[in-house]
Amino acid sequence: MSEAAVRLGRPGWSIRRALGVVVLLAALAAVPGFANNYYLEVLSEAWFYVLLCLGLNIVVGFAGLLDLGYAAFFAVGAYTAGIVTLRLGLSFWLSLPISVVAASIAGVIIGGPTLRLRSDYLAIVTLGFGEMVRISVRNLAVTGGASGLVGIERPTLFGYHLDSIGAYYYVFLLLAVLGVVASHRLENSRIGRAWKYVRSDEDAARAMGINHAMVKLAAYILGAIFAAIGGCFYAAKMTAISPETFTFNQSLLILLGVVLGGRGKIPGVILGALVIVIFPELFRDVGSMRMLVFAISLLLIMLFRPAGIWPEKWR
Amino acid sequence: MEALLRLEAVETYYGEIHALRGIGFEVRQGQVVTLLGANGAGKSTTLRTISGLVPARSGRVLFEGADITRLAAHSIARLGLVHVPEGRRIFRGMSVEENLDLGGYSVVDEGVRRRRRDAAYAMFPILAERRNRDSSLLSGGEQQMLAIARALMSEPKLLLLDEPSMGLAPRLVQEIMRTIRRLNEAGTTVLLVEQNARVALRLAHYGYVLETGRIVLAGEADALEKNESLAKAYLGGGGSKPERAAAG
Repeated sequence: MSEAAVRLGRPGWSIRRALGVVVLLAALAAVPGFANNYYLEVLSEAWFYVLLCLGLNIVVGFAGLLDLGYAAFFAVGAYTAGIVTLRLGLSFWLSLPISVVAASIAGVIIGGPTLRLRSDYLAIVTLGFGEMVRISVRNLAVTGGASGLVGIERPTLFGYHLDSIGAYYYVFLLLAVLGVVASHRLENSRIGRAWKYVRSDEDAARAMGINHAMVKLAAYILGAIFAAIGGCFYAAKMTAISPETFTFNQSLLILLGVVLGGRGKIPGVILGALVIVIFPELFRDVGSMRMLVFAISLLLIMLFRPAGIWPEKWR
Repeated sequence: MEALLRLEAVETYYGEIHALRGIGFEVRQGQVVTLLGANGAGKSTTLRTISGLVPARSGRVLFEGADITRLAAHSIARLGLVHVPEGRRIFRGMSVEENLDLGGYSVVDEGVRRRRRDAAYAMFPILAERRNRDSSLLSGGEQQMLAIARALMSEPKLLLLDEPSMGLAPRLVQEIMRTIRRLNEAGTTVLLVEQNARVALRLAHYGYVLETGRIVLAGEADALEKNESLAKAYLGGGGSKPERAAAG
């Protein structure tokens, strides 16, 4: 009886869920109609962090690896857009495929040497990689040194110039939605299953014919691509980028979103990303104490929800 | 008869520890061969070296005549040499079916995978009953069956089994051993590592005894069972008493 009910209940539930998603997206799309620029700014940033956290979640959540230098991939995307438009004088849109290639190479560079490492060593190497990228862009002429790149041209899409906060609200909302869809498809793909197997027992996975090195490398590369694409649009929105955006703190904040929300669980990661962006804004009234209040809230969440606010079930 | 698996003077180290000190033996097509020995003798290390989970420092491992000593673990598995590691190592939190799908990971064709899954369920009906259950809720014996069934998903030519009887009640040990015999009769060659020497010798055609990384004794299973020094060391005095080696 109950089994039949579950079977019958399923399709109805998924239609309801599909409806829910449509209504939610419609509501989010309607926001620029009434919200002021401050809200749009905060929400755009939130969608942007959803994308970054989902990208890092591939590495940290799905594949169970650690990455303390994820901001480097974000930097790769942003600087690719800057160099392609400013130095090479090419269209912004070309920076997307180029940054995907650049991020893949960066993913191999970070992934390759770290394949044999576990936990603490992995943390040190990825942290070092993040710092190397930041210090490189700070000292290279092509990246504009410490002052960065200024005057990046805003792109045009189908004759529409993307130059308002409302436009970037939609850009980042779309990127976040694409990130969710891509994450979902990856999670349920062959490689997604391989990530889980390698994560829970690397030796057993290898003994069953899974190439653990390729599987881990794929996680780093795919995670890097999320950040790089986000980085391109970040550069377009800000029109100016500097090395100080891509510090260790940035990497840590993204990691915080993933861990706080619940690594490996897509809705959890979305929630985590929203929390790290929106919480500090809510506490603006507290003035200079707001980061302290934020930190205490984080500690409390981790104390009471150690696997994240919305954790993956089987971990 | 051609040897399916052949080890020649294999030496393996864990850092400074010299775990295997020149191991050489062979497993013939169609046989059940058992590796016996006390804790720390190097039985598991031998299996881990064969399957590529730890590298051999010197010597050669030949599978179907080809040198696989330097191959990566996943490549070895794809040749049809599949290792069921000690302690079962099933994926907790995943269902029985998801665990089986891992075993069929290198099979891209969903139809082939389904056929093999059905064959595994036919061999282990209890797993079919529990196919959607979280594998960590299975009993020890069921988990061991799942570990073996998972390995069968890639239709191995040679199955390396590491202590399948570990931690199981005597009745379940008998059941696992019967399963291994059935697999063997169906054409799978088996290399079985056991501390429970008596049980293993009853099943095997041939046996090797390891001691501190060396093979000290080899022979037909019947002959080994009657061997006095082995009996003293691993089989215990009386038949009904708990076996000394199995206690560890």
